[in-house]
Amino acid sequence: MIHSLFMINSAGDIFMEKHWKSVISRSVCDYFFEEQQKANSPEDVNPVISTPHHYLIHIYRENIYFVAVCTTEVPPLFVIEFLHRVVDTFTDYFGDGGESAIKDNYVIVYELLEEMLDNGFPLATESNILKELIKPPNILRTVVNTVTGSSNLADTLPTGQLSNVPWRRAGVKYTNNEAYFDVIEEIDAIIDKQGSTVFADIQGVIDCCVKLSGMPDLTLSFMNPRILDDVSFHPCVRFKRWEAERVLSFVPPDGNFRLISYHVGSQNMVAIPVYVKPNISFREGGGRFDVTVGPKQTMGKMVESVVITCAMPKVVLNMNLTPTQGTYTFDPVAKVLTWDVGKINPQKLPNLRGNISLQSGSPPPESNPAISVQFKIQQMAVSGLKVNRLDMYGEVSKSSPKKSFTFEKYKPFKGVKYLTKAGNFQVRT
Amino acid sequence: MSNGGGSYNAQNDSRAGSTGEPDLGTEPTGGFFSADYKKHDDLKQMLDSNKDNLKLEAMKRIVGMVAKGKDASDLFAAVVKNVVSKNIEVKKLVYVYLVRYAEEQQDLALLSIATFQRALKDPNQLIRASALRVLSSIRVPVIVPIMMLALKDSVVDMSPYVRKTAAHAIPKLYSLDPEQKDQLIQVIEKLLADKTTLVVGSAVMAFEELCPDRVDLIHKNYRKLCNLLVDVEEWGQVVIINMLTRYARTQFLDPNQQDVIADEDKNFYGDEDEKDSEEEEEDEEKEKTPPKKPYMMDPDHRLLLRNTKPLLQSRNAAVVMAVAQLYHHIAPKSEVGLVAKALVRLLRSHREIQHVVLSNVATLTTIRKVRGMFEPYLKSFFVRPSDPIHVRTLKLEILTNLATETSISTILREFQTYVTSSDKDFVAATIQAIGRCASSISEVTETCLNGLVGLLSNRNEYVVAESVVVIKKLLQMQPDSHSEIIQHMAKLADTITVPMARASILWMVGEYSDRVPKIAPDLLRKMAKNFINEEDIVKLQILNLAAKLCITNPKQTKLLCQYVLNLAKYDQNYDIRDRARFIRQLVSPAGEKGALGKHAKKIFLASKPAPVLDSSFKDRDQWQLGSLSHMINQQASGYSPLPDFPAAAPDPTVRNVEVPMPWAEKTHKKKAGKPKKEAFYSDEEEESESESDSEESSSSSSESGSESESEDDSKSESGSDKDKKSDEEAESSSSSSSESESSSESESDSESESEPDTKPQKKAPPPKTKSSTKPKKEAKQEVSLLDLDDIDVSSTSAPVPAPASALDVLSPSLASDLQGLSINDKTDTAISVTTPMFVSTTSHELLHRMTGEGLSANYRFTRGTCIYSTSMVPVELTFTNHTDSPVSNIRIGDKKLQAGMTLQEFPEIPSLPGGGSMSVSIGIDFKDTIQPANFQICTQDRKYNVSIKPPVGELFQAVTMAEADFTAQQSKLTGMNENSGKVSIPSQHNNSKTITARMSELANVAPVPSSQDGIYRFAGKTVSGGTLLLITVKVGEDNSASITVNCELMAICSMLVKEVKQKLSLA
Repeated sequence: MIHSLFMINSAGDIFMEKHWKSVISRSVCDYFFEEQQKANSPEDVNPVISTPHHYLIHIYRENIYFVAVCTTEVPPLFVIEFLHRVVDTFTDYFGDGGESAIKDNYVIVYELLEEMLDNGFPLATESNILKELIKPPNILRTVVNTVTGSSNLADTLPTGQLSNVPWRRAGVKYTNNEAYFDVIEEIDAIIDKQGSTVFADIQGVIDCCVKLSGMPDLTLSFMNPRILDDVSFHPCVRFKRWEAERVLSFVPPDGNFRLISYHVGSQNMVAIPVYVKPNISFREGGGRFDVTVGPKQTMGKMVESVVITCAMPKVVLNMNLTPTQGTYTFDPVAKVLTWDVGKINPQKLPNLRGNISLQSGSPPPESNPAISVQFKIQQMAVSGLKVNRLDMYGEVSKSSPKKSFTFEKYKPFKGVKYLTKAGNFQVRT
Repeated sequence: MSNGGGSYNAQNDSRAGSTGEPDLGTEPTGGFFSADYKKHDDLKQMLDSNKDNLKLEAMKRIVGMVAKGKDASDLFAAVVKNVVSKNIEVKKLVYVYLVRYAEEQQDLALLSIATFQRALKDPNQLIRASALRVLSSIRVPVIVPIMMLALKDSVVDMSPYVRKTAAHAIPKLYSLDPEQKDQLIQVIEKLLADKTTLVVGSAVMAFEELCPDRVDLIHKNYRKLCNLLVDVEEWGQVVIINMLTRYARTQFLDPNQQDVIADEDKNFYGDEDEKDSEEEEEDEEKEKTPPKKPYMMDPDHRLLLRNTKPLLQSRNAAVVMAVAQLYHHIAPKSEVGLVAKALVRLLRSHREIQHVVLSNVATLTTIRKVRGMFEPYLKSFFVRPSDPIHVRTLKLEILTNLATETSISTILREFQTYVTSSDKDFVAATIQAIGRCASSISEVTETCLNGLVGLLSNRNEYVVAESVVVIKKLLQMQPDSHSEIIQHMAKLADTITVPMARASILWMVGEYSDRVPKIAPDLLRKMAKNFINEEDIVKLQILNLAAKLCITNPKQTKLLCQYVLNLAKYDQNYDIRDRARFIRQLVSPAGEKGALGKHAKKIFLASKPAPVLDSSFKDRDQWQLGSLSHMINQQASGYSPLPDFPAAAPDPTVRNVEVPMPWAEKTHKKKAGKPKKEAFYSDEEEESESESDSEESSSSSSESGSESESEDDSKSESGSDKDKKSDEEAESSSSSSSESESSSESESDSESESEPDTKPQKKAPPPKTKSSTKPKKEAKQEVSLLDLDDIDVSSTSAPVPAPASALDVLSPSLASDLQGLSINDKTDTAISVTTPMFVSTTSHELLHRMTGEGLSANYRFTRGTCIYSTSMVPVELTFTNHTDSPVSNIRIGDKKLQAGMTLQEFPEIPSLPGGGSMSVSIGIDFKDTIQPANFQICTQDRKYNVSIKPPVGELFQAVTMAEADFTAQQSKLTGMNENSGKVSIPSQHNNSKTITARMSELANVAPVPSSQDGIYRFAGKTVSGGTLLLITVKVGEDNSASITVNCELMAICSMLVKEVKQKLSLA
């Protein structure tokens, strides 16, 4: 399956390598560099590269290429998904999966990689299990370890690995039992020049932070589950019950996790909460830029954290603009204009206008750049999805046999938060 | 290389400095060889010290070097010593180092082996597992035998985690020494039979790596794998699904061979039983009329599809893709559609995942039949400016494939926006896509052509050039009405510089010179002028143009043509020189001999077929979807192409696996050997029995017995002897028919030959068989396989056959054969829980209605498997309300249980109406004692103390085992664990039937087949602890019998002896 892994930073240094079978020389990465040179941007490198003896499958995240080397037929998604899981684990452990984090924690990284794959086949990828095997670094533990000589490694097998709920460790105890659910919906849209919607689509996720003692069994039900069209679940969700009753019944992992991600049926009309009125024109040597943003269907909520970005054509030299609100920056190297608008005040619509200067001598670009929009709306799920109720049952003490069959109803703190934001929201100009 | 290393070292140094090691501060960079050596000395010192933290520090630095890819092999000796370190972190890091370098330092690596061998026996499963992992990862061929031993021990380890590790070790061992393959396959076979979800994924992985073609290993595990699939971890799921796809392609029929009929049949699939029985009948039919018959999906095929479907909802893209390819390759076309939604969902994921998914979707969309499923999601494939280039091109490809008459306008409008993009390659791809749409949908050809001509005036030369090329292709399809376009393009030749475009224009003008008779010679003139400065492909086309014009319009162009040919004669490119020479011979024959010259017109101006603009993904569907080979469009090493569906379905019965129930096998034998006319069948059966896989056949036949047993309890009681006899007759005839059927089946299939007759009854619905036997009794030949069911019912019922007498009629050789078989049977499944032989209907009083003030409660032992926990005895409570007013809130209150005992309550009964009664079930774990369970039954306002005292016989579960196992187990339970007594049995009850019936009434035990007359054996195990219970009743002369009870629980032993005595001596 996965033979070796090389991590390559943006400068082209192979700064870490790990082999699960016999060692493959790092010169195999030359094929990758070759391919990389052909690409215009780091994202453009083809994720699957075939070389005479090896197959290189890579992902690009956190400015690092994670290049997996395979020697035989393997489903490419299998490798890609695994590599992403590796980076997710790093992010989970170190706060970010970037190069410096990996270098700072190379021992843990190595231990993690060792646990996650055995002979190229995934062994333990569940974050809860890994965290029991190898404890994440923190300052306190480092101090304690130096004093007591104890280690970051567990010497017993994590209970989760053997149970039929591998995602949850046993013996969790909290003094404050709490469960938070964030319903986050993203609007993907393409808006054309005239302001009409070419394509719009709502994707949602429910992220949870569950800190409950024992083995709680939760049931989450919705007021209107029918609007969920396509759903993918965390393995903890009981699929049968969803099929039958449209409720989410699950024994949650401990801590943060993504419970479901869903897609809202395309037959529902998608409310587009903002509009952008762009007016960009180029002529010989310069151009005009005039963009206005305004609220559209916001259901009475405030549109916040609006950011407008626009990748200008390469011939643009500089931009001289005045915003009525917020701040703007123009990166003359990457040619990216970023306008941080903030909140939209319906009374006084934010506007950014000014002049564009082009490289002298080069013809003005024929097409206008697309504008992508970021925004957030608190306390609203744009699809109208509403959580109905959350019920919990917990088996409190498994140790004392007398009590083991008394199911005790928790009195935890529970909260649901809704948030709508822009996903891939683009306006063509 | 150096800067990363520098940072490690710097960091290590600072850390080491803090531990107070003075030497370390002196080496800040570690960039030079001399420094490296010195540093290694430090490390060696640190490793040799007896402080754990120094060792740890050293190991961390070494691992840093390994991670950097630096050579740290000279430290091997120093490191390997620390493999015995007590500190687990040091140990782990040593393992990391060892696995990396052992291959290079084989001799030294051997030093560590003893440590691992010791660790393999460690009580901690994590240590056992990691020892096995490291041991198997050390690629040292010398230790192969040691690894093999360790592996064999580990596959039977208690801990599933260790077994999982063992599965992972198999491919490692195989790659080290391929000669071990046969042994390893045996190990895989064992692991495949594992029922733990943790293990099966890895077991299948090992199977795939070693022997993917050994489908025979999968047969028996097929259903289990399907059923476990949902609970297996994600990575295992991917491997299993891929394996099952291939399996399905070899074992099932193509569901799409007769699309129409298959669709009609779909209604049946909901009903498992019906389907099954039909399937068998259909099987029989197939023998007679193989070709034209309606397709019926194998239930196992359906099982696979049904069980994989929920996995489309997985969060893991690889799993979703695996299911999608499974559906694509083995599902009926009408069902494939549901994967589209899931695949489209993946497009929200990371860019790399998008790329892979899109290229698979692109392949799918080239297949006309399944294209429709993506049409509703057309807009999801719209290109976004933020997409990387490879994703964009794939999306374009898909949009083009999806274009239909209805959607083309949307797509073209979308393409229009793309054309204005600033990315040239993308624009070019878009123009090609437009061309393809135009060629595939004739309605829009005109529109597209106009659009493309519009693009000819684009400022961007690449756009124009690409448009020219595409227009050329389009015009070739319908050149008639487009002379103005050709004119327009001829003009472009002045300005456009992209060679490909120029070449296209020239070719077109030459080809359709009759439509632009004035322009063509002029164009040639201009080109001739500039001939030497053109690119090669343009030169070739100029030559072509010259030749064609020279043929059609020699008056004007003959000289020009000569000029061009002369220029070409001295060209640097030999292709051009060759072409010139060739053309010269054709168009201007030097002498008049030119036979070719006459045909020049035919040669040059033949009507040429229009190019087919096809998807570049057209040929990719030869690869298995989702595979690496598909991605790179070439065969990856280790790729095995999906086999085609077989023309005729292989025997579906090979997948049947059931719990062995040996006595049923005996009854089978008996009927087979009994009547004279059946002699030859029985012969055959014996033969096949002995030579083929005996375990399999015995288990299958016994299975039918067990099924019928549980199903037809009531019926068997009413069944008279006469009935039974006639049934038996029917049975023998049916066995004959089935036998003939199986023999008519292919000889090659001898392995399964003895099975078909026993197999199919399994799922046949009892009522149906009952009705069907009676009328068919006369017409022996027509008796269907299903009827066997009935016979087994009657012969094994009432309630059990005499196991001893079963063998009377068998020849001694066969008897010994059977004995041999049962010894071979010693697998994990040899002792297995079975359904109870007898379920008492009498209930005991729990709460009298006087005490309960009108509420009475009875309890009854149901002898089933408790729904709450396997260690609990299920008890059924029946509440009856003898008053007129309802009693509400009946529940269990305080429990005063003995230590260790647990009781699972029933859900509260809200209200029991007056005169009504209600049954609920509870589970009690008695912990294998006969201590009463005391608890309270509460109603709304009262509490009643009650207690349930289990009869000793109810603490057991019936289990089946082979006789050999029985004796083996018995020999282990002697001395204190054996209790015996004597009793005299009333002569009228001294027969096998009564004894067996009475025994099973007394305790929940199952009879064990006995080869000796007059010895009855029964086996059970305690519900809570799983302790084995063995009862032997030896009937001697003059109705006296000796009873032996073997059980680890001595109290139970003695009690049972007493009770058995009582029971058997009843008059």
